[in-house]
Amino acid sequence: MKKIEIITRTFKLDEVKTALAGIGVKGMTVGEVKGFGRQGGHKEVYRGAEYQVDFVPKIKIDVVVEDDFAAQVVEAARKAAHTGQVGDGKIFVSTVDEVIRIRTGETGEEAI
Amino acid sequence: MNFIDNAFILICAALVMFMTPGLALFYGGLVRSKNVLATIMQSFIMLGLVSLLWAVVGYTLAFGTDIGGLIGGLDFAFLEGVGMDNAGSPAENLPHLTFMIFQCMFAVITPALISGAFAERMKFPGFLVFSALWLLLVYAPMCHWVWGGGWLGEMGALDFAGGAVVHMSSGAAALCCAILIGKRKGYGSQAFIPHNLPMTILGAGILWFGWFGFNAGSALAADGLAASAFVATHLATAAAAMSWIVAEWVHGGKPTTLGAASGAVAGLVAITPAAGFVSPMAAIVLGLGAGVICYGAIILKNKLGYDDALDVVGIHGVGGTYGALATGVLATIGAEGLILGNGHQLWVQFVSVVATWGFCFAMTYVIFKVVDATVGLKADDAAQDKGMDIAEHSETGYQW
Repeated sequence: MKKIEIITRTFKLDEVKTALAGIGVKGMTVGEVKGFGRQGGHKEVYRGAEYQVDFVPKIKIDVVVEDDFAAQVVEAARKAAHTGQVGDGKIFVSTVDEVIRIRTGETGEEAI
Repeated sequence: MNFIDNAFILICAALVMFMTPGLALFYGGLVRSKNVLATIMQSFIMLGLVSLLWAVVGYTLAFGTDIGGLIGGLDFAFLEGVGMDNAGSPAENLPHLTFMIFQCMFAVITPALISGAFAERMKFPGFLVFSALWLLLVYAPMCHWVWGGGWLGEMGALDFAGGAVVHMSSGAAALCCAILIGKRKGYGSQAFIPHNLPMTILGAGILWFGWFGFNAGSALAADGLAASAFVATHLATAAAAMSWIVAEWVHGGKPTTLGAASGAVAGLVAITPAAGFVSPMAAIVLGLGAGVICYGAIILKNKLGYDDALDVVGIHGVGGTYGALATGVLATIGAEGLILGNGHQLWVQFVSVVATWGFCFAMTYVIFKVVDATVGLKADDAAQDKGMDIAEHSETGYQW
């Protein structure tokens, strides 16, 4: 099983969710996060005092899927989140050792 | 006694009361989220502390029988002799109780104004003691000097609604406190970003609303003068909100909502001494100047480096001083300023500015040092890191 972490622009959440649901992803976890990459931050000014704000708000979507489904999910997410401008974000893919459904105790791909 | 005047001034008293929670929101939005409650508390609790002090002894120190032009006697202590009729009332058209409670609301907001200077780093017990002493030793005499038959009023200083009594006094105290208490931990290295500007804008709106009670009510009658002060207040505030955002725009930034709100408050402050003495067009001129001058004062503060956290000096100190001097220039209603060829009025205003700054700064210095040495005033670094809400009040403003 693979965990796919998609970190991208906040306003892309709905498009990514719709794209993933459209290819059969059954669930996901979403969080509001802050970070910086090549996009860098921005300047804010309050009563003439300037502050460089490095951490910009992003959305993070976590999805866990079967191994052979992962590539399709990554591609769908990448297309949905893409704008072509610096700041589109990153997708991380990692291996998941185990999944347990709390309600029934099922494990492995059954539990996804 | 005049029943219509009575109804009007009671409503104005309620409007002025509403300014203090408005100020709490104005200040509360400007601090970091971990300090929102402590900051709001430092305004809100003045409704408790100062109201009680005012009834017991504050009112009589300000409006009791004059002693040497300096302070009121104790004839009205515990509100003895302050009743439903106009006996002893400084305003013969009003019940003495009406005059007293209207003045009470002015006393409440003044120490609350100072709290912006030491926001995010003042311990609560010390704050209470400081505010109580400041009310009795600084506000009450200032109020007496200008409105209670004291020497500034006798000299002919014009202060319609409290430019010196409320704004210059709190501004001078704020400068003294900001210097004495020192900077917030991380000042200059960390970003101090307002955590909720919509809250601040709402607070500014409430201040603007309540200020009609403050200025129009200072006519102490439901008459044409009240209307004149109302209009002057509104126009000066509108002008200052506009001129502040233009100033920051021209100065190389963008027009900001915080600038609009700050400009509005600067305009309200500056028109306060002048409200009943200037024409509508003069009020606009005065307001335009207020926005630019107070913006400039805050830019200057950023360069000078003292940590007046919420810009009480820049807005109330500088705005109040500018307003007092501008009153000496622009007065045409019930008084004659420089534009009517009366240079003496400007001189009198200047003397009142020097006296107010000198007295309030010096007294605040003494009070601060005494309270700091006995009760303690500055929160340590650990408390500032944790946030004053948890450290001083064991609660937090937001749960998520």
